[in-house]
Amino acid sequence: MNHGRWISHQIHADVKKLNALSELSVGTAAVVESLDLPDEIGHQLMHMGFTPEARVVVIRRAPAGDPTVYSIDGFEIALRRETARFIRVRPQQDGRQ
Amino acid sequence: MNDCCPTDTGAALLDAPVSPRAPGRIRTVALVGPPNSGKSTLFNRLTGLRQKVANYPGVTVEQHFGKLSGIGRSDLILIDLPGIYSLDSYSEDARVAVNVLHGAMPGTPAPDAVLLVLDSLHLRRQLMLAAPVLSLGLPTLVLLNMSDLMATRGGEADTLALAKELGVPVAKISATRGTGLDAISHFLDSKSDAPQAHHATRLELPVVGNARSYRQWATGISTRTKYKAPLSSEWTRKLDEFLLHRVWGPLLFLVVVIAVFQVVFTIGQPLSDGFGDILKATGDKIGPYLGHSWVESLLIDGIWKGVASVLVFLPQILLLFLFIGVLEDSGYLARAALIADRVMRSIGLNGKAFIPLLSAYACAVPAIMATRTIENKRDRFATILVAPFMTCSARLPIYILMIAAFIPNRRILGDFFGMRAAVMLSLYLLGFLAAFGTAWLLKSSILKTASAPFILELPQYRLPTVRSLGLRVMDRGKVFLKQAGTIILCVTVVLWILSHVPFHSDLPQSVIGHVGRWIEPVIRPLGFNWKIGIGLLSSIVAREVIVGTLGTLYGADPATQSLGLQAALRHDLTLGGAMALVVFFAFAMQCTSTLAIVRRETNSWKWPALQFGYMSALAYAAAFATNQIITHLF
Repeated sequence: MNHGRWISHQIHADVKKLNALSELSVGTAAVVESLDLPDEIGHQLMHMGFTPEARVVVIRRAPAGDPTVYSIDGFEIALRRETARFIRVRPQQDGRQ
Repeated sequence: MNDCCPTDTGAALLDAPVSPRAPGRIRTVALVGPPNSGKSTLFNRLTGLRQKVANYPGVTVEQHFGKLSGIGRSDLILIDLPGIYSLDSYSEDARVAVNVLHGAMPGTPAPDAVLLVLDSLHLRRQLMLAAPVLSLGLPTLVLLNMSDLMATRGGEADTLALAKELGVPVAKISATRGTGLDAISHFLDSKSDAPQAHHATRLELPVVGNARSYRQWATGISTRTKYKAPLSSEWTRKLDEFLLHRVWGPLLFLVVVIAVFQVVFTIGQPLSDGFGDILKATGDKIGPYLGHSWVESLLIDGIWKGVASVLVFLPQILLLFLFIGVLEDSGYLARAALIADRVMRSIGLNGKAFIPLLSAYACAVPAIMATRTIENKRDRFATILVAPFMTCSARLPIYILMIAAFIPNRRILGDFFGMRAAVMLSLYLLGFLAAFGTAWLLKSSILKTASAPFILELPQYRLPTVRSLGLRVMDRGKVFLKQAGTIILCVTVVLWILSHVPFHSDLPQSVIGHVGRWIEPVIRPLGFNWKIGIGLLSSIVAREVIVGTLGTLYGADPATQSLGLQAALRHDLTLGGAMALVVFFAFAMQCTSTLAIVRRETNSWKWPALQFGYMSALAYAAAFATNQIITHLF
């Protein structure tokens, strides 16, 4: 087994994970980078505030663990993991509340 | 961001509002605003009780309009457009809004002016809608709603600075309290009297259809006008900590669900029964004045009884709407959808379908009307199509009759759970399984959605006002009576004629009696005779009608005349046939009101026809299986 390749694969997966809104833990903040979603959904989300450079905070998860409630522009919007994982974000180190 | 609309985002310079229509009087005003901006509350304020609800032609979007009597301008018509985030046509709602604003919606007059309602608590985002609306070039008044909350939470918005930036007048209002509304009269007066004056200012608006440039534009304006967002409502978060808690959240959710159920049945049922008695008494009182003629029979036995069979559900329906209204206006409905999402997802629907399906336990009609909260059209149609499977209260009379007649009152699990309760519960379960199974089937076939996102905005908690609840209940009641009432009226008249032609004949000799006997070979394998056949035909109007029809038929038959209805049924049917009948009712679409509402909500006869065909076929198959199995077992 090629150990090095396995590790690099893991690192790559971690980087990818870090970039998805769905992978942030409750209480963290991030800045939206881009939406890798079909136009129809992407536009709707953008008009609801998910535009590049907007700051988003993870508020809480639904009792079943999904969907998750996010705060953006003072609004609280719930998204399923299947949608949030296509929203690429840049986590903010000082974003803890 | 220090400056508005950098040129690299493609900001367009547009001339400020110039009415494209002939200058002169304003006749029609459009009310535009994002969802949750308090637009409906304002519409109710401005139009009072005299509003009309219809569907826009060709689409399933509801059209509300009324006279502006709330501010003493009954000569003007106010059109309430659906709540939208932008004028991009990604949704049916937005497409309707764009068409109405451009005067391209058939049957709807082109608006001469626009009232744009924005939630001042979240102005930075809400302003994004101002850009496309202002670029229409219609005389516009921007209304900053919830100004009362804005003041108490320490937010600030400068209307003068905003008016200067936007090139149109801006006013602070509170739709819930009714303050600041005189600004609307002033605006309309000034636009009506003087011919439209050219604005001297040139307005900079971002490129249409680009959310990013809208946002930069909105942020720029917010910054320059020194907009200060109020502190977010702390107690909404605190309340959510409890209401969306891992353990308490779902528990409280269950309590709410059970409470709605309990109230609809423990208060609604007696109310409906009492109301039914009053209606029957009224018919009996009026009857004698008409003399014993066919006119009396048509009016009382036909029309009055038919209409009463619909009216009887009104108390329960209104009560249910009151509940849904409280849940929705308070903000809890969105939380309920969030909690239910996980379960609903397993059948391909989302959390928003939960409350409509729950309501369907009382009656499918309000349930189908409540599906308007589901934005995704395919999800909404799937919910509409499966809702009539839930065990509605109209099924109870025939369930109770057949169970009392055929199931022994034996205890099976201690003192609390008897055989009769077990059969009743199984029937409820059967409906539930049929609804979920069908939803899954629909969502994996004709109503499949590649990517239906679940995007749910959680509004802040608010106390619902009596005024808006009352208006909502009245509005829904009117729709129900108008839609269901007219169709029921036609069907009852037709059924009455069929059961009285040729004249002076009894039911068995009438046209419907012949039809009943004619279809007997078809229903024989289900264990039904021709009397049940007539009952099935007559109950197409409404399920509970079958009990009355069977009463009439067995009462007229010399063989069973002396027996009570239960004994007569035992004399005439096998256990297999009896159980097949209740199973048939669990699945069959025996309800004209529901078909009428489905027709209205889907705007086509295709869906109610499909629903009727599918449910009847399923009912037939299930009843056949029930009869065969029971006949072979016992």
